[in-house]
Amino acid sequence: MSADATRLPAARPAARSARGTAARAGTGRLLRLFLPLGLYLLFTLVPFYWMLLFALRPAGSTALLPWPVTFEHFDTVWNGMGFRTYFTNSVLIAALTLVSVTVFALMGGYALARFAFRGRRAFMLALLCTQFVPGAMMLIPLFNVFQLLHLIDTRWSLVIAETVFQLPLAMILMSGFVKNVPVELEESAMVDGCGRLRAFLAVVLPLLRPGIVAVGSFAFIGSWNNFLFALMFLNDPELQTVPVGLQTTIGENTVDFGALAAGGVVAAVPVVLVFAFVQKYLVQGMSAGAVKG
Amino acid sequence: MTLAGPYGARTRRALTPYVLIAPTVLLLVGFLLVPLGSVGYYALQHRVVNEPYDDAFVGLDNFSRMLGDQQFWHSLVFSAKWVAAEVGLQLLLGLVLALIVNETFVGRAVARALVFSPWAVSGVLTTGIWLLLYNPATGVFHQLSEFGLGDPATSVLGDPDTVFPAVVVAELWRGVPFFAILILADLQSVPKDLYEAAAIDGAGRVRSFLHVTLPHLRDAIVLATLLRAVWEFNNVDLLYTLTNGGPAGATTGLPLYVAQLARKSYDFGYGSALTAAAFVLLLFCSVLYLRLSRFEGRGEGVQR
Repeated sequence: MSADATRLPAARPAARSARGTAARAGTGRLLRLFLPLGLYLLFTLVPFYWMLLFALRPAGSTALLPWPVTFEHFDTVWNGMGFRTYFTNSVLIAALTLVSVTVFALMGGYALARFAFRGRRAFMLALLCTQFVPGAMMLIPLFNVFQLLHLIDTRWSLVIAETVFQLPLAMILMSGFVKNVPVELEESAMVDGCGRLRAFLAVVLPLLRPGIVAVGSFAFIGSWNNFLFALMFLNDPELQTVPVGLQTTIGENTVDFGALAAGGVVAAVPVVLVFAFVQKYLVQGMSAGAVKG
Repeated sequence: MTLAGPYGARTRRALTPYVLIAPTVLLLVGFLLVPLGSVGYYALQHRVVNEPYDDAFVGLDNFSRMLGDQQFWHSLVFSAKWVAAEVGLQLLLGLVLALIVNETFVGRAVARALVFSPWAVSGVLTTGIWLLLYNPATGVFHQLSEFGLGDPATSVLGDPDTVFPAVVVAELWRGVPFFAILILADLQSVPKDLYEAAAIDGAGRVRSFLHVTLPHLRDAIVLATLLRAVWEFNNVDLLYTLTNGGPAGATTGLPLYVAQLARKSYDFGYGSALTAAAFVLLLFCSVLYLRLSRFEGRGEGVQR
């Protein structure tokens, strides 16, 4: 996990000294590096731009630049089509999912990383096996369970379903992060008279920041994006979430592309902000947790 | 640590891990294991929600109906094509992309953030964006035809011949970053001295990639392709909203078929039988894949 951090300072002087041979290597790098990168950036960014274009230019305009800028489409979706309500619901559900996934993943991840207990391998195997359970195909049986518990048409149904499906991978990731914290730090705190809980809170938790950020943001994004569970478990439009609202926009308005695009921007803003915040932890998180286990 | 502690402390230490995993175990049993078990139960029942008077135990009838169901076989073929195309192309493009952004160049951090960004986008939002791009009235094909390229009336989603590549490209847009991120993470753990040793032995760029990089990435790639294959098999959001399985069922995979059975005809019995079949099929394919790829389980090696 610290590999990147230790490598970067070393790589910079190397790049500087390589500047002399830059002219010779220049054409090669252009063809090998910047041409494919540029093409791929085009493929990634044109769709985003297209959405912004339709969201910001007046209806009926065919300009390729969003000028003059109008915010009428945002007004339509936010005030007229209920996106204000959808947005609040999505934020509430995603925040609750984030908290529950992070807390349970910390508890279980710590147990997996620090204790050798009976049933540990079986538990680990069970966590891995959940990754093969077809989430989309659990709609019918989960609906039955929620109905039995009177949770249909409550936000809790989504929080629970999201937590169940995200927790296993989050816990495996988190145990990878805990393993990367030297156990000696904790032991010396405990020798100094701390209980295990205090040693964890005072010594381990601060060092787990990257892991908590990675796991928490995965949970937030996953919950924010979920569509099928909301479609199946919520009927009340007052409880509905952004993806379902967006689908309604797609279904009803085959003509109002401005509203569709503006709804898309509303759906994209929170995840793009979270992504911008965590993307530097993302690669570290993957190498600490998913791959090393 | 607490080796010499009193008896109570030792018991507490033995119980701690169980207390810590208890909430997770409860959640997984209540909302995953029990529902899964009920799938097995309902698969053997005739159960259509709006015809409760017909509920009965029917043995394997649902499964024999499945074997004779043309739409089941069609959806299975589509799912296989979909998973193969998505996972294959995502792996290829993700590997190339990871190799590119692993190089040192000015603006690398920004380039990484930009090319990874569709990873965070939802299936429904992907649909919204690609509908704007594919729509004959608003899309890129319309724009291209104004520059004199192609036919302005091209409707890629309405034509059974072009709909498959069209949905594959839309999903690639948001799927490639997953592989790129995972592979980039693993690339950074390749020991530098291996490359130096390869260079001393006279290996060029291509040979050091084939003999140093690829073998190192092997386990990560096996695990990533497997997780992604399961994920793409289950991916319903995009197809449900972009084409709703059409035109004429051309993009209906097995999970979408089940979701439609559940929402339209409320045939929970038959839907459960299909779910059970899909689950067994996925498990079988996964085990087969791990065997064939001789996965060494570095990723699963919990004890270090």
